[in-house]
This record gives sequence, C-alpha cells and structure tokens, in this order.
Amino acid sequence: MLSVLSSIMRIVEIPMLFLQHKLGINRLAWVFLAPNLILFGVFTFLPIFISAVYALTGGDKILLEDRPFVGMQNFRTLGDCGNFLDPDTCRSDFFWRAVWNTVWFVILQVGFMVGLSLLTALILNQKIRARGFFRAVFFFPVLLSPVVVALIWKWVLQKHGVLNAVLEGVGLEGHSWMLDSTWAFGWSVFLSVWAHMGFYTLILLSGLQAIPRDVYEAALMDRASPWRTFRRITMPLLAPTMLVVLVLALIKGVQTFDEVFAFTGGGPGSATTLIVQYIYQTGFAGAPRLFGLASAASMMLAFVLIVLTALQMRANRRSFNG
Amino acid sequence: MGNVWGFLTRTRRGNGRMDWTDWVTYSYLFLGIFVMFAPVIWLAMSSFKTEAELSRFPPRFLPYAQETMAVDGYDEPLALFDIQSGEHAGKTLAQIRRVGLVAQMVDPANPSEKLRVDVADREPLEKLSFAWENYTELFERFNFLRFFWNSTFITVMATLIMVLVNAMAAFALSKYKFRGQTGVLMLVVGTLMVPQTVILVPLFLVTKELGMLNSLWGVIVPGAATPTGVFLLRQYMITIPDEIIDAARMDKASEWKIFWRIIIPLSAPAIAVLSILAIMWRWNDFLWPLIVLNQSEKFTLQLALNSFHGEMQTQWNNLLAMTVLTLLPIATVFMFLQKYIATGIASTGGK
Repeated sequence: MLSVLSSIMRIVEIPMLFLQHKLGINRLAWVFLAPNLILFGVFTFLPIFISAVYALTGGDKILLEDRPFVGMQNFRTLGDCGNFLDPDTCRSDFFWRAVWNTVWFVILQVGFMVGLSLLTALILNQKIRARGFFRAVFFFPVLLSPVVVALIWKWVLQKHGVLNAVLEGVGLEGHSWMLDSTWAFGWSVFLSVWAHMGFYTLILLSGLQAIPRDVYEAALMDRASPWRTFRRITMPLLAPTMLVVLVLALIKGVQTFDEVFAFTGGGPGSATTLIVQYIYQTGFAGAPRLFGLASAASMMLAFVLIVLTALQMRANRRSFNG
Repeated sequence: MGNVWGFLTRTRRGNGRMDWTDWVTYSYLFLGIFVMFAPVIWLAMSSFKTEAELSRFPPRFLPYAQETMAVDGYDEPLALFDIQSGEHAGKTLAQIRRVGLVAQMVDPANPSEKLRVDVADREPLEKLSFAWENYTELFERFNFLRFFWNSTFITVMATLIMVLVNAMAAFALSKYKFRGQTGVLMLVVGTLMVPQTVILVPLFLVTKELGMLNSLWGVIVPGAATPTGVFLLRQYMITIPDEIIDAARMDKASEWKIFWRIIIPLSAPAIAVLSILAIMWRWNDFLWPLIVLNQSEKFTLQLALNSFHGEMQTQWNNLLAMTVLTLLPIATVFMFLQKYIATGIASTGGK
C-alpha cells in the first residue's frame, strides 16, 4: 500500500516540478490549493447558488432548464397558514408538523443533553478512580453509527423486548412504545441524548480542567461555601465553554435526521418527522419529487443555521478571549 | 443544598474514607455504565440466539437452544424433552410430533416404540448454545460481503483522498505567502457554515450531472474537501519550523518533495487524528449515501441495515448479527485509539 502511494507521489512530482519552474515557488501555492478549491467550488459553492434557482422554480424535473419559473410560490405554499401554531390550518401541514416537532425536539434534546453532560463532566472532574475508563464509558456511543444506535434501542424497546420484560417483572405494565406518538417522540429524544452526550461531556470536562486550581484553593482559604464557590468560580469560568456547547448542540439538534429516521421512520403518523426528514421525503423519497419545495424548506433551515452559526462564532471568540 | 453543590464541585478529597458523596458519585458512574453498555451487550447476546429463543417472552440473558438428537428411523434430528411427571417421569424423550395437548414421543434408546405424553408433563431440555448460523447466513443468504466491501471501499478511498487534498491545501495556507491568502482562508471558513443538509437538492443535481449517481464515487468525492480537515492540519503545520523547509530548498528539493517527504511525516499526529475522524464519519455516514445509492448492490452497511430493518420485520436474528458486525470495526478502533479519538473530536468540535 505504502509503496504504491510513494510511487504515485513520485509520478506526481514530475508535473509539479514543471509547474514550479513555470510559476515560481510562491504561486505554486495555488496548485496545492487547487484540488481543494475545485471540490469546494463544485460541491459547496455551486450548489448554494443552484439552491436558490430550485427554490424559485416548480415541477418535478431535476434539470434546471426543464423547470418552470414560479417566483416565490414555493415559499408561499410553505407559509400558507391560518395559524402557524396549528399545522392543521396550513396548506403544507406536513412541513409545519416537521417544524414544530423539530422545535420541541431541539428544546428537549439540547436541554437534557447539556444538563446531563454538565452533571457528568462535574462528576468526572472529581478525584475518582479509573477516570479514563468512566470517560470512555460515557463517550463510546458517540462513535456508533446512527443506524446501529436506532436498532439497539429498537430491539430493547420492541413489544416483546427486554424493557417490557423488566417492567412486567416488577409488576408494571409493558407498552407498545413505538406505536404511541408521545412515547416514540420521547424515546427519540432519549436515544439522541444517549448517543451524543459523551461528546459534550468531553468538551465540558476539558473546560473544567482548564480552570486553574489555585482559584479554588484561594476560595478554600476564604472559607467560601461550596455553593458559593460553584456560583462564583466554576459557573463564570465555565460559561464560555457552556455557550459553545449550547450553540453547537443547537446547530446539530436542528439538523437531526439519521438516528430518528432509522428509529421511527418519522412515525407513528408524522409524530417524529423532523425538518431534514421533510426535506428528504419531499425531494427524494416521494413521488412526484418536489425539489422546489424541498429547496425552499432547505433555505429556511439554512437561515436558522446561519443565525446559530453567527452566535457560535461570537461564542467561540469570547471563549478564546475570556 | 450546599452539600450537594459541594459534592459536585469538589475537586479533591480530604481523607481516604468513603463518605456519602463518594457513594453518590460511584452510583452515578455505575448507573452510567449500565445505561451506556447494557443495551449494547443485550444486542450482542441477542445476536447469538435462535429465532425461537428471540421470540421468547420474557427473554433470557444467555442464548439457550433446545437440544436435539438424531434417532434411528427419523430423517430430521428430534427435539429432546425431560419428562417431569406421569408414567415416563425421569426419562429423556425425543418428540416426533405434537397433537393438541398430547405429544407423540420416542425413547432414543428404544426408537421403535412410540409413546404418548401429556404436554404439561414435559420440560424442554436446553443447553447454552451460540447460534453462529445467524452470522454465517449473512454470508450465504445475504449479500453481506458486498455491503462490507462497499463500506470499506468508500471509507478507505474517501479517507485517503481527504487527507491528501486537505493536507495540500493546509500546506499552501501555512507555508507560503501569496496574494489572496486571506481570501482563501475566508472561503474555507465560509464552507464551514454550509452543512450538507441544506444543499441536498442542488448537490444531488451536481452529482447526477457528473454521472456519479448510484456509484460509490458519488459518496466519496462530494465530501472529500472538508474545512475541518484543512483547519486541523493547518494549525498543526504552522508549528513546523520554516528552517527545515529552507534547508531542504538549499538542497534543491522540489516543493512537492518537501510536501511529501518532510511536511507529511512531520504532521503525522494531526494526520492520524484527521484519519480517525474521517474513517468514523464515512463508516457511519447515512443521509448522503441514502440519496446517492439506490441499487441494493451499491448499498453501504448502514443502508443495508436500514433497508433490511424495513423489509424483514421478523428476521431479527440476522439483523442483530449484522448490527453487531457493523459496530465491531468501529468498536475495535475505539478500544485501541480511544485517547486520540477523544482529543481529536474535542479539538475539532465534531464535524
């Protein structure tokens, strides 16, 4: 493998040497940048521009020249609502269901996840035995694929699964968890927290470990109560990290798709359909494929993400300066 | 309240004995082990159970299977039962067939004589047995090797291309002075803000126009240039002293040779972190392959798992075995490289 690689590299050297003589050393930088910039251009920037064209055209054809211009109609279709809080009054009721599901999902998921991550990080930051092991325990689900996570929990939660067996064993009643909208949604949130909290725990833990020890020692000298120490030292010094974690969790939460889709398929009904699944189903899985509507929804999602990313950049800057 | 916060924020313990806060700490940690590990272990255990054992309720932890025995005069091996009561109590009999509440059985020692036994009198004779056929069937009846190969090919190629392309860009951005450098950096920052989820439709068009739909390359190429990778490598390459490069130039080494022979080996730690991340992302990738790959012979493991799960509600035994095989490579990598993965993910903010 390595010898194949190095002979490829030796062959590449010939044209590179030619370019070096032709362009000079500093302009050779562009040659090194070229593959990356071409890939960015073709697969990121070009799509951004085409995205707007899709959002403004209709029909189910993928090729741009086959698509009739419809102006803002896609956005109007999505926004045609008697009452935005009630999806039943909307023309695209499926879209608004997905929007409200996502809003609730993000609130619950981010809330529980950041809370639990903070608690876990605080506990892991104490002097405990086998800290590395326990850190790995909370972290390892981060590495599992979303489909595997979904199947693991589906297997535990199925009608004749182990959870129902345990519940009936202690005298409680089992449930068809996946057939009940509320439970399916609740478990989706749970599994998403289960899969991702290790990542945020890790970030918060490194934030906690960056707080200098002598600050705590000074507080101890001054006989500050533990609660006061937490309020006046830990919280303010951890705040920048908390902000980064919070915004990062929001950005990722809004884009949740894989694990929930593999877990429930969006059901029962549309109880766990999130916004990215709406885009996927409208543009790719359904017939006709409504690319325009999917693109319009994407642009609305992009708007939310841009706002969140701007927040993130400010949070990052503050955490580096503070 | 003060006690609780004291316990959560305390960083060192005064003396060696366990007080109540330690109990709470370790209870939390062991609860953590249970919630995080138990479902995975349960899945692994279940993957070794026969279909009959899987549909048993309440389930048992270890995989059991009923013992069978070949009896003279019968083609198929017969299931064995211990007879608890009635006229044949104490014997081990093989069942020929069951008719209502009565089972027709035979004593393996005396195969010619058929016995009639009340169903309530018998208890299945079971032994611990791992149903390896759940796994072997994946190779025989399902196209498992094809999916495994697709996933491996995508992961390896995408990681190689990504590391090379990103390292080249990072080299240019860290070791050269040229006009437009800030502009390029801004551009890279800009792409950080464009997640794939918002450009799915146009990305699909571009991939289609390039003839990469239903091809593994359609999964590999669009994600090959990642801003995260460029940043990670650039930050590391900046710390490599320029004098090394100048010395190499004195020796008339070409710029490409400097990149390949000096920069790449010296950036090995950062490249290792990026490779681990890339392997993880690609192996677990789901949404984009789901859109690009429609033919089942092109499916990655993740897509195959998802679609089988939809198709064969009843064949949990094979599905569970496949799930275990899908998570195994990542779990192995994790065990050996846990520390690097953790630092890598913490330093890049995930993706």
